[in-house]
Amino acid sequence: MVKLTIDGRQTEAKEGAMVLDAARALNIYIPTLCAHESVSAYGACRLCTVDITTRSGRNRMVTSCLYPVEEGLAVKTTTEKIAAHRRMLIQLLLARCPESPELKAMAKKLGADDTPFPKEDPAKNHNCILCALCTRACDEVVGQSAISFVNRGVAREMAIPFYNDSDACIACGSCFYICPTNAIQMTDKNGKRRFVMPHNTMEFELAQCAQCGRYHLPKRQIAWMAKKSGQPLEFFARCISCREEVRL
Amino acid sequence: MKLTAQQLKNKIKPILGKNHNDPAMLVSILQDTQTELGYLPRKALAEIHKELNIPLTQVYGVATFFKAFSLEPRGRHQIQVCMGTACHVRGAEKILDTVERELGIMPGENDKDLRFSLETVNCVGACALGPIVIVDGDYAGEMKIDKVKPLLKNYK
Ligand code: FES
Ligand code: FES
Repeated sequence: MVKLTIDGRQTEAKEGAMVLDAARALNIYIPTLCAHESVSAYGACRLCTVDITTRSGRNRMVTSCLYPVEEGLAVKTTTEKIAAHRRMLIQLLLARCPESPELKAMAKKLGADDTPFPKEDPAKNHNCILCALCTRACDEVVGQSAISFVNRGVAREMAIPFYNDSDACIACGSCFYICPTNAIQMTDKNGKRRFVMPHNTMEFELAQCAQCGRYHLPKRQIAWMAKKSGQPLEFFARCISCREEVRL
Repeated sequence: MKLTAQQLKNKIKPILGKNHNDPAMLVSILQDTQTELGYLPRKALAEIHKELNIPLTQVYGVATFFKAFSLEPRGRHQIQVCMGTACHVRGAEKILDTVERELGIMPGENDKDLRFSLETVNCVGACALGPIVIVDGDYAGEMKIDKVKPLLKNYK
């Protein structure tokens, strides 16, 4: 265990844990947009910036989601400087995606009403802040890597290969659920699951429950589940409610 | 140059072998593929993804990351006009204008019979020779406006 203080409170954390996790264990709020317990830390949004002083007295700002705890570390999660820093960051994100309700809410929380920076056309980034939660979830949790970043610098975007190759996608919707700015839309209609991503759209067939007839899961996701679980495909022929009922 | 699926496979196989079928060598593999085929066709990226057993997103992500890779067919000859500081003060702008006018294309484009592709670069480390034009890796230094046409003539 490693001993450190956060906002003056003594605490202990496991070696290798991040400062963000240690703070959360103490119920100390640090704003984040790109951190999620299911995927590896990435450090895209920088909102989780905190002030640290190491045992040797070195003082600086670091992103708490990426900074491992160390013995004798003194962390301050809210200082004037940090508040100003976070405000500037959210204002930059807001300039990128000026219509995002999530970013507006976060800006308000951080004390910024609007952004002083020139706003991008909302149709350019479609509320995507390039936090990489979706690509990390698809890669690390689902294991499919159906989406990734393409291009570089200001042209960087999240998309499927060639903007039209969705072969690797199983239509599970993990990207949709994890997106912090709702930049991905998912709708099930007429036996189809449709994704509207920031820079491409995709459509997949849903399977019908053999018993109640309702469309329950994407066909590809069923195939994926059968493969992962080792259960035969027929096991997933009925939806989860029909299956549960039988077991009762 | 149209290749059948089998021909494409045959071209890519030795490239992968030379790079030990190692996904960590992806950039080098893409470079070799581009040298071999002139650009990176979609089918080639798909083949590399299958053979190396890595996600297509990874191959496509890297291929679009570097400006040196082209996913579109390019001309038989690559022209680079240096726009770096030293070349700039020695009149690179005028040289570029001349090349553009000669070929009727802008940087990033190919001429219509796919003879030339034109792009600009920022300093190639030969400032003393500026302004510089590079065709297929050969440096032509101390370029002048009236040297552009004769230079391009050398390339069919
Ligand atoms: S949460 Fe740490 S950088 Fe986004
Ligand atoms: S500026 Fe052209 S070679 Fe350096």
